[in-house]
Amino acid sequence: MQQRNRLEPFFENLVFDRDDNTMVVNFGPQHPSAHGQLRLILELDGEQVVKAVPDIGYLHRGMEKMAENMIYNEFLPTTDRMDYIAATSNNYAFAFAVERLLGIENEVPRRAKVIRTILLELNRIISHLFWLATHALDVGAMSVFLYCFREREYAMDLMEDYCGARLTHSAVRIGGVPLDLPKGWLEKLSVFLNNLPSQIELYEGLLDKNRIWRMRLENVGVIPPEMAKSWGCSGIMLRGSGIEWDIRKEEPYELYDELDFDIPVSDRCDSYGRYKLYMEEMRQSIKIIRQLIPMYKETGPELMAKVPQYISASKEDIMTQNYSLMQHFVLVTQGMRPPVGEVYVPTESPKGELGFFIRSEGEPYPYRLKIRAPSFWHTGILQDLLPGHYLADVVTIIGSTNIVFGEIDR
Amino acid sequence: MAQHQVNYAASGGLPVALTTVDKIVNWGRSNSLWALTYGLACCAIEMMASGASRYDFDRFGVIFRASPRQADVMIVAGTLTKKHAEFIRRLYDQMAEPKWVISMGSCANTGGMFNTYATVQGVDRVIPVDLYLPGCAPRPETLQYAVMLLQKKIRKQSIFQKQKPKRLV
Repeated sequence: MQQRNRLEPFFENLVFDRDDNTMVVNFGPQHPSAHGQLRLILELDGEQVVKAVPDIGYLHRGMEKMAENMIYNEFLPTTDRMDYIAATSNNYAFAFAVERLLGIENEVPRRAKVIRTILLELNRIISHLFWLATHALDVGAMSVFLYCFREREYAMDLMEDYCGARLTHSAVRIGGVPLDLPKGWLEKLSVFLNNLPSQIELYEGLLDKNRIWRMRLENVGVIPPEMAKSWGCSGIMLRGSGIEWDIRKEEPYELYDELDFDIPVSDRCDSYGRYKLYMEEMRQSIKIIRQLIPMYKETGPELMAKVPQYISASKEDIMTQNYSLMQHFVLVTQGMRPPVGEVYVPTESPKGELGFFIRSEGEPYPYRLKIRAPSFWHTGILQDLLPGHYLADVVTIIGSTNIVFGEIDR
Repeated sequence: MAQHQVNYAASGGLPVALTTVDKIVNWGRSNSLWALTYGLACCAIEMMASGASRYDFDRFGVIFRASPRQADVMIVAGTLTKKHAEFIRRLYDQMAEPKWVISMGSCANTGGMFNTYATVQGVDRVIPVDLYLPGCAPRPETLQYAVMLLQKKIRKQSIFQKQKPKRLV
């Protein structure tokens, strides 16, 4: 009777024997280059893909539903597990959306803003290094994987020094950041930043003119600008198709309007163009962080916004003032009650446009929380992008879309 | 005919090591634990980091294989959802005996923070688990320690004993 409880996947009735010379190949959900749990049903004519159907949901954990039963601060660590390669960018996107809902985004102290922006860009570097490592491994360049992970470990050490966690940071709070930078952290960061450009050159030296790399990436996965726009691409997927669009420039948040940086754009539209953009973005992130280091020194010591009805007051106030203690007690036991309304805030995560939509009914729990995750849209494009390519290119294309399944399925 | 007569008594004894079959087989098994790449979620990134340059899992004889037929140990790294549960059982059944399972991270142990309609509350409801590894996500050092504990466990086992059917929780 064990059979009775068996879960039946809906692809169970797939007919693998065909009369029309096409072959059906199941790719995933447990495949080392499926970037998590992507399942693709590929119809092949010889070695060419005729039809591709992505099947997602193998990592669906019900995050949006969880959010409806959690107070806002409780939900923050859950956002870590979305795009787990750059956890702080998720934390930030959520915290920023709640701050806008509360109307306190201008109350965030400047030091917190500087720290947040540094962390965001550091996460961008971590994410791009990881992307290059796995993409190179998928395409067949094992040594690049080892080199990238070496650099990534140094960046992870910095994150660990700041927040204590390597992967799931929770380094941002609603209304600021919990901690100041530890002593000597900025010096370590400078050492890392000084070292990184030579490493990026090393990767480029290994890959740029590598014949195998070029043959496998050039003119593979060509996304014309129209297609990129119609599928809702964002981030590098969009900029790789020659469209200049970056939320950091279009709708600046944090300190991005004060910083001097460029948005690299490529007209090549193929995987190789996107690879070049990733390398260039890492350089831009270095440039951004270098500008932020002197900014940090000019800021005051405050780290959290002073809005006691939403955000707990400082520990000193709580310990000395009765009213602050009461407010803190209510905030911890019941949670903050944002005003009625809804808000959608986009941010530029390493993968693309990451936005949180929050509908609040004035209760401590969001009535609805919707996450607009870039990877989800980039998975959709696969069904348009893969037909016509060879089976061996499928892995390259999945790699160059830089999808992460925690974010797609949520 | 040997030209040189070696005087074994003078030069440190016969070139023979005495051992039991158990010890020699378990020595082999425990020092070449090939792991199935079972990356499901966040823990998979730490699993990759363990295999990469700094933590270098090859030193332990752990080499990641993409096929269950070549793997001895399944490291379940990440959240198991109900939609995926069937596949983990199928892949576990495809692995050749003897096989072991490490459940990596809170999600694989108990469902962790995801107590929802979609998540399997512990991978041990689907496949038998030898080692539970706490943390969210566990550090690569933790995974290394888990592998060392598993090696210890393997070395204690007798190879002639019939593998007891492991119990699901």
